[in-house]
Amino acid sequence: MTATMPGAVGAPLARLEGPEKVSGTARYAAEYPQDDVAYGWVVQSPVPCGRLDAVLADPLADAVAVLWHGNAPQLTAVEDPELAVLQSARISYRGQPVALVVADTLEAARRAAQVLQLDITAEEHDAVLRTDHPDLYAPETVNPGYPTETTAGDVEAALATAPVSVDVTYRTPALHNNPMEPHATIARWDGDDLVLHDSNQHPSGVAATVGEVFGLPPERVHVITEHVGGGFGSKGTARPNAVLAALAAKVTGRPVKVVLPRQAMFSVVGHRTPTVQRLRLGAEADGTLTAIEHVAYSQTSRLYEFAEQTAVTTRHMYAAPNRRTAHQLVRLDMPTPRWMRAPGEAPGMLGLECAMDELAAELGMDPIELRIRNEPAVEPEGGTPFTSRHYVECLRAGAERFGWSGRDPRPRQRREGDWWIGTGVAGASYPTMAQPSTARVRALDDGTFEVAIGAADLGTGARTILTQIAADALEVPAERVRIRIGDSTLPKASVAGGSSGSASWGWAVTGACRELRSSGQSEATFDTTEQVQQQETEGRHAFGAHFAEVRVDAVTGEVRVSRMFGMFAAGRILNPRTARSQFLGGMIMGMGMALHEEGVLNPAMGAWVNHDLAGYHIPAHADVEQIDAAWLDETDDQINPMGSKGIGEIGIVGSPAAIVNAVWHATGVRVRDLPVRLDKLLGSA
Amino acid sequence: MKTFDYRTATALDDGLEPGAVFLAGGTNLVDLMKLGVATPDMLVDVNRLPLGEVTETPDGGLRIGAAVRNSDLAADPRVRSAYPVLSQALLAGASGQLRNMATTGGNLLQRTRCPYFMDASKPCNKHAPGSGCPARDGDHRNLAILGGSQACIATHPSDMAVALAALGAVVHVDGPAGPRSIAVTDLHRLPGDTPERDTVLEHGELITAVELPALPFAARSAYRKARDRASYAFAVGSVAAALDVADGEVRDVRLAFGAVAPKPWRAFTAEQQLRGRPATKEEFLAAADAELAGAQPLRDNAYKISLLRNLTAAVLARLAEEVR
Repeated sequence: MTATMPGAVGAPLARLEGPEKVSGTARYAAEYPQDDVAYGWVVQSPVPCGRLDAVLADPLADAVAVLWHGNAPQLTAVEDPELAVLQSARISYRGQPVALVVADTLEAARRAAQVLQLDITAEEHDAVLRTDHPDLYAPETVNPGYPTETTAGDVEAALATAPVSVDVTYRTPALHNNPMEPHATIARWDGDDLVLHDSNQHPSGVAATVGEVFGLPPERVHVITEHVGGGFGSKGTARPNAVLAALAAKVTGRPVKVVLPRQAMFSVVGHRTPTVQRLRLGAEADGTLTAIEHVAYSQTSRLYEFAEQTAVTTRHMYAAPNRRTAHQLVRLDMPTPRWMRAPGEAPGMLGLECAMDELAAELGMDPIELRIRNEPAVEPEGGTPFTSRHYVECLRAGAERFGWSGRDPRPRQRREGDWWIGTGVAGASYPTMAQPSTARVRALDDGTFEVAIGAADLGTGARTILTQIAADALEVPAERVRIRIGDSTLPKASVAGGSSGSASWGWAVTGACRELRSSGQSEATFDTTEQVQQQETEGRHAFGAHFAEVRVDAVTGEVRVSRMFGMFAAGRILNPRTARSQFLGGMIMGMGMALHEEGVLNPAMGAWVNHDLAGYHIPAHADVEQIDAAWLDETDDQINPMGSKGIGEIGIVGSPAAIVNAVWHATGVRVRDLPVRLDKLLGSA
Repeated sequence: MKTFDYRTATALDDGLEPGAVFLAGGTNLVDLMKLGVATPDMLVDVNRLPLGEVTETPDGGLRIGAAVRNSDLAADPRVRSAYPVLSQALLAGASGQLRNMATTGGNLLQRTRCPYFMDASKPCNKHAPGSGCPARDGDHRNLAILGGSQACIATHPSDMAVALAALGAVVHVDGPAGPRSIAVTDLHRLPGDTPERDTVLEHGELITAVELPALPFAARSAYRKARDRASYAFAVGSVAAALDVADGEVRDVRLAFGAVAPKPWRAFTAEQQLRGRPATKEEFLAAADAELAGAQPLRDNAYKISLLRNLTAAVLARLAEEVR
């Protein structure tokens, strides 16, 4: 598609790297040919707690090196203790890397790892999250820095006198990030400089962190991240594979490739914590909320405190004079949970939006009307005005498009053949954020412009969107912009996370391009740090509304999603083609959360039993029947020069609740522990 | 993975070295080798043996070569018209790509997908005899309610085998002791205290063909599979059935259950009870109850009893409906 002046932004430009990807020529981290490369295989702890006393390698196995804490070079401790690989005898979770076997071939490395003998002293472990755990505590803050607890008014008194109330507990299981491209690194030392081909969401961050681990300044570490096959938060920072590869390359003097097998993705790179959420809502008979309470329980590891911000979205969704949100955390002998697409918002909105549906049923009120009745004028907790908020418009326009009107609110009323049919709705919200970034633009002799920023394109279309933004800021057609990203030696960009990439990088690109034009020079660099830091952080959110129609088989309890529809208000949509893909992808991931995904815990073993994509189900093509997303034209000139809000994560926020609510409407059964599977519906179906 | 040798079998009497296993489609074996669960010294590739034909037998049945691919068998017009249950079962399994590789013989010999069996780092009496069965107290939501033992509650994962069990197929094998024939319902062993052996086959015995007997009423047959997502998932319960009804009465019936036992579970008790009875939902449910009376569910798999009851009644009722 040819972009014409003016206005590359807003055009449905196809992904610039699309032809390379579909023809197989786009290179991912592990695909760069290296002379004399060796292969590293990560040996993972078979016990959840204990001490590794010794490692005995089979001399007949063709290993080039076997690294473990007894022989690995010492590393500098950094903020993330997971990166202190092979530094200690202590075992903190089952699956923790305890050794790395390096060999001339992948097969030999794998075999040598399989026959490696680990001398381990196992200790008692504790792997179960429960709400009466004696070690529960309130963390100082929840990710990334929100207060752990907020209160206003008197929730207990309000609930005691509320004419209608609900008190429900929802549970979500451990969920695992599974980007199609696993975590992978090729490490090579050029003298004292380190070169990493690494799959991640933040090349400059990885360069800085890995540099720190090896005592190098960031500029001595060159991270190349041209193409990334998904991350979903699990690649937001350097992961152990990068350090292990660099360590092995140092010891062997050869380039070393470490690609995590799918099974290791379930323990080494982070996951979404299980949650238990208690929600109490009180309302007047007309649906006006008088009290909202959301208390969330989650787990973290012995190694590192990651506190999922499960109840944070509840702070701004609905008005109510009496409110409380709180988080409780417990350290277990389990892998460290980390960011997974919409950490906090995704599980938290399952709890809130299902509880709202339960309240609507108690009130005998349409669930959309209940939400509209409780629309706040300003941030309910701090009183900050919203830069823009079109939640009610999303609910109304979405209901219109989905065909909500005339819905019989009673459950278990529609049956066609063996199928019970129901519909559900839920709200969505995601914070609008930006982080400091720097971009550089050069006017080249051939009339084109080279725009450079160390951003990462996870397959989302970031490269394409930045090209469009630059074209408009330069007032040239998109064809005259050459974009360079995915390299830590380019101007420093923020992480591709928190749905903030386009805003953060686009801001810097816009600044650089405008400066180039106003200065008349042939090169300009723009750093947004000052502007970003001056921004108010409250009152900035994208909103949306999800609608789902499901059918539940009366014979088997099987759930199928006949229709999904999402209506969003997310600022200016920069590229409708890539935006739609982002929304739909998030919604499908939400379907997986509602119906399929579960890390199945074996408490006695201190491990999730399923650890591949045969045992850990995500939606297959056949699960996605009719699905669509649309958006309102939303103008917001307070958030960034493009007026755009992040769209990478809002699709998974609320969509699981819409499906769970639809299952109730179909069957009359409230499934409060995810995923909703046939065994939970069979009795009543 | 463990280093192994490879050779191609050129004749049926080629034999099989100690420590060797046959390789056909490889869709399950190769995975298990990568995982370190299967560690053969040698693979003997049987893909070049002349076992790829489906032929009609003199008594009106079909003889299916062991190397016939699942996708080809599912599409065979003779299978589709005379044994629709088999075609439906095949198409309910795996994915298009896997069905293009998987063979008739290999499908029967595929191993359980019990998560403990599939993970060499965990105890399992099937892959490491004597190491224990963590599934009994652990994750057994999709494991056996029938035919299991203290040592093992694995389920056989095949859809195809459930249809073959209902149809009364016969498995032809050849090996060091010469050819022999085994009823498909006798091919798989119950685990007892030796769960490491899945089947009655001796080392070196190769499945050469599967024979379907003439069964005219199987033209009215069906397979129904319940699963956790719409495709590309193993069954959590399935039913294969063929029904012969006259004047509202069951003249004959074939019924087999999948995903509930270490083998495809032919429901002989239910069949026996149904013959001569009215073809009604109540009778179908009562027959299922009779078959499932011996079920020994654990903490998280009792739902399979309701599931199999419902599936049995629904499938038989639909077949009965077709007669009217």
